[in-house]
Amino acid sequence: MSREPPGPGEDEAPGAPAAAAAGGAGGAGGAGGEGEGRARAGAEGGGCYLALCARPVHFEKANPVNCVFFDEANKQVFAVRSGGATGVVVKGLEDRNPISFRMEDKGEVKCIKFSLGNKILAVQRTLKSVDFLNFIPDSPQLEYTQECKTKNANILGFCWTSSTEIVFITDQGIEFYQVLPEKRSLKLLKNQSINVNWYMYCPESSVILLSTTVLGNVLQPFYFKSGTMSKLSKFEIELPAAPKSSKLSLSERDIAMATIYGQLYVLYLRHHSRTSNSTGAEVVLYHLPREGSCKKTHILKLNRTGKFALNVVDNLVVVHHQDTETSVIFDIKLKGEFDGSTTIHQFVLPPRSIQPYQIPVAGPASVTSQAPVPCKLYSSSWIVFQPDIIISASEGYLWSLQVKLEPVVNLLLDKGKLMDFLLQRKECKMVILSVCSQMLSEPERGSLSVIATVFDKLNHEYKKYLEAEQSYTMVVETGLSRSNPLLKRPVRTQAVIDQSDMYTHVLSVFTEKKEAPHKFTIAVLMEYIRSLNQFQIAVQHYLYELVIKTLVQHNLFYMLHQFLQYHVLSDSKPLACLLLSLESIYPPAHQLSLDMLKRLSTANDEIVEVLLSKHQVLAALRFIRGIGGHDSISARKFLDAAKQAEDEMLFYTIFRFFEQRNQRLRGNPSFTPGEHCEEHVTFFKQVFGEQALMKPTTF
Amino acid sequence: MAAAAGAAGQEKQLAPTLLSFFIYNPKLGPKEGEEEKKILFYHPNEVEKNEKIRNVGLCEAIVQFTRTFSPTKPAKSLHTQKNRQFFHEPEENFWMVMVVRNPIIEKHKDGKPVYEYQEEELLDKVYSSVLQQCYSMYKLFNGTFLKAMEDGGVKVLKERLEKFFHRYLQTLHLQSCDLLDVFCGISFFPLDKMTYLKIQSFINRMEESLNIVKYTAFLYNDQLIWSGLEQDDMRILYKYLTTSLFPRHMEPELAGRDSPIRAEMPGNLQHYGRFLTGPLNLNDPETKCRFPKIFVNTDDTYEELHLIVYKTLTSPFSLPDTASIPPTLEFCRKLDSIVGPQLTVLASDICEQYNINKRISGAEKEPQFKFIYFNHMNLAEKSTIHMRKTPSVSLASVHPDLMKILGDINSDFSRVDEDEEIIVKAMSDYWVVGKKSDQRELYVILNQKNVNLIEVNEEVKKLCATQFNNIFFLD
Repeated sequence: MSREPPGPGEDEAPGAPAAAAAGGAGGAGGAGGEGEGRARAGAEGGGCYLALCARPVHFEKANPVNCVFFDEANKQVFAVRSGGATGVVVKGLEDRNPISFRMEDKGEVKCIKFSLGNKILAVQRTLKSVDFLNFIPDSPQLEYTQECKTKNANILGFCWTSSTEIVFITDQGIEFYQVLPEKRSLKLLKNQSINVNWYMYCPESSVILLSTTVLGNVLQPFYFKSGTMSKLSKFEIELPAAPKSSKLSLSERDIAMATIYGQLYVLYLRHHSRTSNSTGAEVVLYHLPREGSCKKTHILKLNRTGKFALNVVDNLVVVHHQDTETSVIFDIKLKGEFDGSTTIHQFVLPPRSIQPYQIPVAGPASVTSQAPVPCKLYSSSWIVFQPDIIISASEGYLWSLQVKLEPVVNLLLDKGKLMDFLLQRKECKMVILSVCSQMLSEPERGSLSVIATVFDKLNHEYKKYLEAEQSYTMVVETGLSRSNPLLKRPVRTQAVIDQSDMYTHVLSVFTEKKEAPHKFTIAVLMEYIRSLNQFQIAVQHYLYELVIKTLVQHNLFYMLHQFLQYHVLSDSKPLACLLLSLESIYPPAHQLSLDMLKRLSTANDEIVEVLLSKHQVLAALRFIRGIGGHDSISARKFLDAAKQAEDEMLFYTIFRFFEQRNQRLRGNPSFTPGEHCEEHVTFFKQVFGEQALMKPTTF
Repeated sequence: MAAAAGAAGQEKQLAPTLLSFFIYNPKLGPKEGEEEKKILFYHPNEVEKNEKIRNVGLCEAIVQFTRTFSPTKPAKSLHTQKNRQFFHEPEENFWMVMVVRNPIIEKHKDGKPVYEYQEEELLDKVYSSVLQQCYSMYKLFNGTFLKAMEDGGVKVLKERLEKFFHRYLQTLHLQSCDLLDVFCGISFFPLDKMTYLKIQSFINRMEESLNIVKYTAFLYNDQLIWSGLEQDDMRILYKYLTTSLFPRHMEPELAGRDSPIRAEMPGNLQHYGRFLTGPLNLNDPETKCRFPKIFVNTDDTYEELHLIVYKTLTSPFSLPDTASIPPTLEFCRKLDSIVGPQLTVLASDICEQYNINKRISGAEKEPQFKFIYFNHMNLAEKSTIHMRKTPSVSLASVHPDLMKILGDINSDFSRVDEDEEIIVKAMSDYWVVGKKSDQRELYVILNQKNVNLIEVNEEVKKLCATQFNNIFFLD
């Protein structure tokens, strides 16, 4: 958790994680009001890529009788009036129905949180104990209390790690309890003695970080999982300059914990120091693996000084700068400058303000009369929580921060980098597709090499998914899945843009528009097919059909012929049929189609049909004989075709062939009634005479 | 035939030669006494005027006479004891005539030479095709006859014909013309899909960045990989490149005289590209940027283009043809810098592919047969009979008599539309098989002792199964 430096003279309450936010405590007090007169540089430039969510949680703002608390684990805001006696209202971002209840006023509330699932409420009112109240139906409703085990220790705070497990953090260590709601008591599972300056909890990863030693820069993480507590290896944060005295030098305000790309990181906001020759403050990322030691891996250059706050949204590190009222974002997956151990990143996009926000006018009664009030952004009363929470205690709002991808498109002109960026975002699909459409049409048409780069990036991601899917299917099919319970079906993220997406949203629209020269259109289609092939992705026939359609429209048959000749358009029955249909405008298509059917080797029936339709009855017969299928073919079909050809000799030959077949198979040259050839026998007799019929050979 | 070989000791065979070649237009001198005006070009020029007029008049008369029997298809050739005349009307009223002397066997009787003309040796189809190619080649570099007339009347046309045919006729090697001249096909370079797509991508990007490039063709090892030009134009351009331009540049290269050119360009060490047409030295600002003009799509849009041929060391050729804007030196430098390095990379990709192909085919034992394959649809041609083309001739590695049988079979095929198969037992254990399936023709020459018809048929079936298994080829 990170927040702006406190206002002068503000005293950090021990129960800090739950932001006793009354009166703007913990806010960026020092800078309060200063930013007001200054124009929002970022907002003017347009393209605000950060926004507050449209439906914030509204709560009664903090005042002397109303205390407000925030619980990061459940993302709930508690508004406690008069110590709970006149009501407690709990509202959550995810859970839209507020929970209201009353509780006895037993003194000032320092910290209040529900266990996961809102089962048990824990309230800290003293430095020595925590009170509990069951919210499970049909369970004892009386409060019960747990004092911390360690003598003379003061409780700094507590965190729920599950619906019934809680950790007390004291200045002398941590105590891990199981709550037994039926018995109205707690059972100590484990405890650990250690001097604690302050602590921080990351509910996403169930890791508690303790600041130890005099300077406070040695951090000790603990990991909690279903009744067990494990100590991870401790690590030291490098302080920017050697501290002058032995006093606490690392503040929790400068530390945050967040999960980025599935990995837990400790983010350290290192302020600009005059002694070091850095150009500004920076954020240092320490990777905290479940096993192994913590390592410094990334440095995010802020290139400015002043008051900062951090959020993590959609795997992006967002750094708010109060002085300029702008924010910047960093993506640690994008290429940075690697110095052998750490990667140095610059911000991805130019600094921009959060999108201007109008506070919705409360109540359904005031419909149109009142204009919405613009919200003061980067206000000194804002408090920022991980990963993406911004709270305005003075106005009574809780927002989640969002990244808007559309404005990014116009800010990141390098299309390759833009794709790298977009492909890592959750809601990227439609934006990516629109970028693709945009780069194919005027006025922002991209060069072919840029288009190729974009296609390659998309298909790289697409291929990764296909491979994961394939290996999953293989494991399931071979039955190995039982031995590996961790195996999960790969998740298809929005970054997987497949051929049908490209076809529907980009390529078919683009070819239909016909605004681009056909040379460009074809080059783009070929580039996409090239890219798919490069990643060994089987190309769907509708893409080939699009190529063929475009070539045919522009009479580029020779080009089409060459593509087919080199098997660039892979063989398939639909494609062969399409070619057949082109025969009337491009005769060689007939040959191309037959070749394709032949190569497919599963299309022998189709070949026969094609030949018969062209009255090439003999050729059809020779073909079917060549593949050994002549004993099972329908005599009637061939005789029909031979008759239609209006060539008597041909009819004779075909007729004789089947007579011979009958003789061979049944010992008699005549046709059986089931073959329905009576009409042809009659015709044969008419033309060649009765005596021309083959005589049954008798032995 | 056997006799010819046996008596070779005393006899001398004289190959067919070009006797005369002329172009006329009867409409240019319709009145008596003005006959000379009809003649646009006459080779050999030394021939006396009246004889020229007589010969032209004779041809005119023959064509006119035969037209009464077949108005749409007048005579194509005239057989006489000593020579054979071929007629071709490429454009309305423009006639081209080629007179070829029949091959002669020179015998000695009583110490005196006796000449025996072999009237039936020459194949009409082969030499008619040669004549048609003469026109196609002229048209490629000069445009149509009519265009020249429009540009500057008879005078200009005459100049162009003189300029072109004077040199071109010397390159006709009538003694070595055969079936391949009838096909005038294109040899395609076999390539896997991925490499092919890479080449496509390369060409598209190049055409995009060098926007005056209108069409591109890509060749490797004298074989075509891609043509942006239409088939008919590519056919004749391919012929020009593979039989004239490339061999001309190949010879000094093989002789090692190539190096000085590159030594002058120290900046170009990263790649091995250079121009076969256009500037020799890109670093010399005085160098001339003249590219041959070519004319394509003459039936339709009639485009006049500049032919740029660019080549890298390992012998792939890329020949972009540009639009009517003449390419400047600056353009050439740009092309060199864009195309050179990429082409060098592509060339090594293709070369790898080439070696794989060679290994696969090399694994099989040297087959007992030789063949010529031709597909009328894409003009694809494949011959294991002919050796590598040299600037002068494309040499067949089999006896001329066998080549003649191939030509005869081809004439038979062209008479009917239906698929057919002809098997010929030739001299000394040779068998010649011709197959026609749809638009494809295959000619196989087998040399096996004591085989019968059925065995020959089986052999050919086997050949089709191994060499042509991915096309629909009826057996």
